[in-house]
Amino acid sequence: MTIEDMVRVLSARVLRGGDKLDTPVYTACCSDLMSDVLAFVDEKTVLITGLTNPHVIRTSEMLDLKCLVFVRGKVPTDDILDSAEEQGLVVLTTKMTAFSACGLLYDLGLRGVPVPLGWGAEDK
Amino acid sequence: MEELFRIAYPVASADYTSAGQASTDIKRRLKQLGVGGDVLRRVAVASYEVELNLVIHSLGGELVLSVFPDAVQLVSTDVGPGIPDLSMAMREGYSTANEEARSLGFGAGMGLPNMKRNADEFDIQSQVGTGTTITMRFKLPT
Repeated sequence: MTIEDMVRVLSARVLRGGDKLDTPVYTACCSDLMSDVLAFVDEKTVLITGLTNPHVIRTSEMLDLKCLVFVRGKVPTDDILDSAEEQGLVVLTTKMTAFSACGLLYDLGLRGVPVPLGWGAEDK
Repeated sequence: MEELFRIAYPVASADYTSAGQASTDIKRRLKQLGVGGDVLRRVAVASYEVELNLVIHSLGGELVLSVFPDAVQLVSTDVGPGIPDLSMAMREGYSTANEEARSLGFGAGMGLPNMKRNADEFDIQSQVGTGTTITMRFKLPT
């Protein structure tokens, strides 16, 4: 599936990166905790979040993420969106809740990122 | 081994707006120097984590990037307050971050363990009243 399929199923609005909607996507993560995103994401993936501060963009930059989806109708300020565009991120916003957005994307074939080695009780 | 490149970034305490600027610059510079892939991503994540720690927890400090032929090194030093219990601080989920840091999406207690996970070598020294030094090395592919 591509980001364009996500736009369709989420009835999302494309805020930035409209020229990259044909980018293929396979996995996603959903969190408002950037600490956890930094710790648990090891791949170029999609981030679904309700947090709209500049650190969401910085976190995405450090991890080379492909696409950001803001849920609950949230839209970051223009300067935040501009810095997202600078790094080539596709940015979407949907009026859906995180739960509904994730459910629909899972149904469409997107899967959660695997938890990297080194975390969790079984590794201790 | 001979140091090829070195740059120091001062990091101010509680400057949440600028937090991450040093890491953004570090990532761009390393990219220009030809560092890429998995190493670049690991350096970027660890650098951002350590820079955020300086902003959230320290009284101010400095982040130094050094590039050697075989490795990238990040050294974070601060002027206090120091960590009273290092083994607690290294524990996943343990955090003393304030409400402001938490409202920005940080303070989950994953910072130090995540730095350790991403770096090939990780060392932390801390003394209450003096400060904390974190040294991380990332091997470059030969």
